Amino acid sequence: MLVRAPMLRPELVRIADMVEPSSRVLDVGCGDGALLEHLARTKRVDARGIEISQAGVNASVAHGLSVIQGDADTDLIEYPSRAFDFVILSQTIQATRQPKVVLEQLLRIGRFVIVSFPNFGFWKVRLKLALSGRMPITGTLTHPWHETPNIHLCTIADFVALARELDARIDRALAVDESGAVRALSAPGYWDNLTAEGAIFLLSRAA
Amino acid sequence: MSTLFQPLSTLSGVAGDAAGEVITFGAEQPLRLDSGAEIKPLTVAWKTYGTLNAQKSNAFLLCHALTLDQYAAGTHPVTGKPGWWSSMVGPGLPIDTNRFFVICINVVGGCMGSSGPHDVDPASGKPYGLSFPVITVRDMVRAQAMLLDHLGIESLFCIAGGSMGGMQVLQWAASYPERVFSALPIATAARHSAQNIAFHEVGRQAIMADPDWQGGDYLTKGTTPRKGLAVARMAAHITYLSEAALHRKFGRTLQDREALSYRFDADFQVESYLRHQGAMFVERFDANAYLYITRAMDYFDLAADYGGSLAQAFRGCRTRFCVVSFTSDWLFPTAESKKIVHALNAGGANVSFVEFDTDKGHDAFLLEVPEMFATLRGFIGAAAEARGLNAKAGA
Repeated sequence: MLVRAPMLRPELVRIADMVEPSSRVLDVGCGDGALLEHLARTKRVDARGIEISQAGVNASVAHGLSVIQGDADTDLIEYPSRAFDFVILSQTIQATRQPKVVLEQLLRIGRFVIVSFPNFGFWKVRLKLALSGRMPITGTLTHPWHETPNIHLCTIADFVALARELDARIDRALAVDESGAVRALSAPGYWDNLTAEGAIFLLSRAA
Repeated sequence: MSTLFQPLSTLSGVAGDAAGEVITFGAEQPLRLDSGAEIKPLTVAWKTYGTLNAQKSNAFLLCHALTLDQYAAGTHPVTGKPGWWSSMVGPGLPIDTNRFFVICINVVGGCMGSSGPHDVDPASGKPYGLSFPVITVRDMVRAQAMLLDHLGIESLFCIAGGSMGGMQVLQWAASYPERVFSALPIATAARHSAQNIAFHEVGRQAIMADPDWQGGDYLTKGTTPRKGLAVARMAAHITYLSEAALHRKFGRTLQDREALSYRFDADFQVESYLRHQGAMFVERFDANAYLYITRAMDYFDLAADYGGSLAQAFRGCRTRFCVVSFTSDWLFPTAESKKIVHALNAGGANVSFVEFDTDKGHDAFLLEVPEMFATLRGFIGAAAEARGLNAKAGA
């Protein structure tokens, strides 16, 4: 039933690279299931998803994926601790009502947590805000302020601070730039926070 | 129109294969009920579609809802109308009878061939009536398991059902998790709500208030509680629809008249429609069976059997689930399906959950909802792949 073309955003390819074969994976905010499908096909993972939009859920299940209609803010609490090896939150944390609670839940449910998000500290974002005095619209931040689902935008530095506050270990950090190219962030600092358009973090926490 | 409700004689007039099959288990194989009583001899009637493969790995059990029966696909041999899921079950349809061996079993307590209150009690030589023991959803499932044992079907590739059929699906997964590879509980709940019990009670009281019900002995007395059963059906039928669907279908349109009659005729189309539904129903359903089956639904509370924890009912369950609900279903609302999903998640089960946007109400599971067909096709196809059933006929 897995019949769609293997076209995946570059960022999702990088996330998929972090996932161990044959592991148990939960993709929170899985959209139409493209990443899960890729992981099921290429890494034989036990792929599960949560998606808030009915259209996304229907598309995922119609493609043979195990996806439930649900909300990251309210439904993660239903999952047992350590139920998954990898829990993925791709381009979603900034759209949750309570990012800290969500991240806390992810660290409880998964052995590893992969989070990707747009970096509000990216120089172009800063420049647009500084020069125009208006909320920035960029390649990754595409909505005007009054229509954006991104209600809790953060910078890489903000995210690192939150991870530390939650006792999460940063196992890997990648900067994603506009072209989709990726480089490692060894110790995410001022320069990375200025030059990365987005970031992917691999986190874990002692059980 | 017959005066007495006699389903077995109706069925015996149906030729050969179309009627399906019936087995009566000997008195040494009674059906032991939750109430402590037994049904013996137990009779079970069923209908199959498609062919069982050599490995017996493609059996697909359909569980029917309250007033439906084993005639899910094709043409109903008694009514001559399409089977209740004929849009879903058949060659090339989502439940593909070229691939799967589809079995649908009349529930115990029903009136299409399986043991029910209209049967003759061997002890008295008269129809059981209210001396038939009260049955539960778990009893229905036990009887189905007995039949599958008899047929030599160890495990089911999939089990699907809506409404009370969905309750049976959940009960199957809880009682016999190792026998259920995948499960499709649709528009259902893990327990019958107070509101739903209340509606059922209205229906039962309507039946029992009909003088022709005769304290349940109408078959012996030669009457049929038509009015009571029709009112029960009319009330229930409203709960199967949505306000929007009723409005779309009928609005305030008048029936065969230009103006209000200022009498109590069926002025409105919706009244005429309900009367028609009631009148049709009494021709095909037994009033006492209606009492027993609604009671079984009322008693259904899966968590209660597992220390109050629904998650416990599904602990360690390896079954692949796809839970389905409909936005306009107020009888088995999405919130009930979500409780099932949460319990399955808590038990670590493999579960999908889909809510379909439709104004067709509870009955949507029986109707053409194209998006549902596509989704179920995907779920069933992926489960078949995981089960090693390839797409060839009977493979």
